[in-house]
Amino acid sequence: MSRRVVLIEDEPNIIEAIRFLLTRDGWQVETHSDGADAVEVIRAANPDLVILDVMLPGKNGMDILKDLREIEGFETLPVLMLTARGQAKDREMAEKAGVSRFMTKPFSNAEVMDAVRDLHAQASQQ
Amino acid sequence: MARESLTGSRIRERRMMKGVRQADLARKVDISASYLNLIEHNRRRIGGKLLVDIAAVLGVEPSMLTEGAEAALVSTLREAAVDTPIAPAEAERADEFAGRFPGWAEVLAAEHRRVASLERTVQTLSDRLTHDPHLAASLHEVLSTAAAIRSTASILAETGELEAEWRDRFHRNLNEDSARLAESSRALVNFLDESETGHERRGVPQEEVEAFFVANDHHFADLETGQSTPERLVSAAPELVSNAARRIAQSALREYQATAERLPLDRVQAALQRHGLHPGAIARELGCDLQLILRRLATLPEGMLPTDVGLVMCDASGSLLFRRTLPGFDLPRFGACCPLWPLFSALHNPQVPIRRVVEQQGRGDTRFECFAVAWPKQMPDFESDPVYLSVMLILPVAETADEEARLVGSSCRVCPGRDCMARREPSILNEEF
Repeated sequence: MSRRVVLIEDEPNIIEAIRFLLTRDGWQVETHSDGADAVEVIRAANPDLVILDVMLPGKNGMDILKDLREIEGFETLPVLMLTARGQAKDREMAEKAGVSRFMTKPFSNAEVMDAVRDLHAQASQQ
Repeated sequence: MARESLTGSRIRERRMMKGVRQADLARKVDISASYLNLIEHNRRRIGGKLLVDIAAVLGVEPSMLTEGAEAALVSTLREAAVDTPIAPAEAERADEFAGRFPGWAEVLAAEHRRVASLERTVQTLSDRLTHDPHLAASLHEVLSTAAAIRSTASILAETGELEAEWRDRFHRNLNEDSARLAESSRALVNFLDESETGHERRGVPQEEVEAFFVANDHHFADLETGQSTPERLVSAAPELVSNAARRIAQSALREYQATAERLPLDRVQAALQRHGLHPGAIARELGCDLQLILRRLATLPEGMLPTDVGLVMCDASGSLLFRRTLPGFDLPRFGACCPLWPLFSALHNPQVPIRRVVEQQGRGDTRFECFAVAWPKQMPDFESDPVYLSVMLILPVAETADEEARLVGSSCRVCPGRDCMARREPSILNEEF
């Protein structure tokens, strides 16, 4: 059964690049660009992993993450957060919200793929 | 050691600062050098005539020797000890340190005060950067585009055999993103450069448009007479750098053109001569919407109006869409204006004209007469909610007029008003910044 990832990102060309990389790595990728209903999209997709941008239209990634962690069954779902804001306080805020991995833009493809594989491997062992 | 018992240390410090030998000072005040040595090492108490004599030789007030450094100095040293924790035993000896080494203590205290001041400055700047929506949006745009380029370029460079369809798509994405990066980087650099020099801040499309209107004194004679078009005016405008600014300016000029056709100069001028600067009476005579006449009055050629006017427009989110500044009435560049402005009151009651005399706090007692009205941007229908715009014409009020003014601000950050129910955030005016 293929691994599933939901990518919440509003930058079309980042979506395209990440979708390409993950698909080649055997992931089934679902993408969504609006923060407002992102929690519902993730909930419905019930993925193995989420990649989440912070600055999104409708609702920011931090709030999406907080809401997601409140849902039963999603407390430990691996969430990789991508953001242009890499200050310590942003990282701390993400950690408090329950992020699994925090990555600042511009990231390399290798970093993203390593993080995705690591997070999935850790989750599989639990 | 108590501060008063350090008189000897202060004598020694002052003597050495003046370059006086211990033996010479002792001789001048008629005591032995060994006795002075005991005093200077705080082993003998000193007071009365001997203290006065030593102070006179050293050229200081006796109190400088008995009281030593100012209490404020010791207090500052204690604050420094709290901020940079040191052993409690040493922290308690701030008095002794100030007494024995007043020069160094002053240096330390001055540095502590400077650090505290710089920290406040950094905090304020950081706060501004954090809350400056344009800077945050520009940075996010640049980094997101860079991320897309980096990721796409890596795929092209590192993926061995890439299907033609994917390769073409990624090449196209790279082309789009590099153009976007160039545009957003230039906007960001303009923004930062001009922030540093304190000149007009550009890089934000609305500001380029504003500069364009200011350069033309808000009046486009060639457009009114049909000798030019919005497209031609925009393409010839050096102030309009970005594509976004050119599009906004073109749209604004089309509206200008439509308004000028609806309200030709000669008719407006005739109505002005009959009614004076009374927008309601002029609108009635010309049979036009109030919002049109308010906007038209701000585009008349110099000399047609008896006074300078200001104009500001916003949408229902409160974001300023257009500003014509008027000396004395502060119009913040970006959204966060004072919610007490009639401009915003009008949004609560669309189509209801509002007239208020206001005075901006902290900007003297100059009063302004404001005319505001909000109207739906498009013809209302049952399928969508109306989108409202609001406009406010601002006129200076003659000093002789006795109408009482309502107090408003410009924006909370620079408003000195206290106990304001509309306040969103503290003013920075108390931050010595």
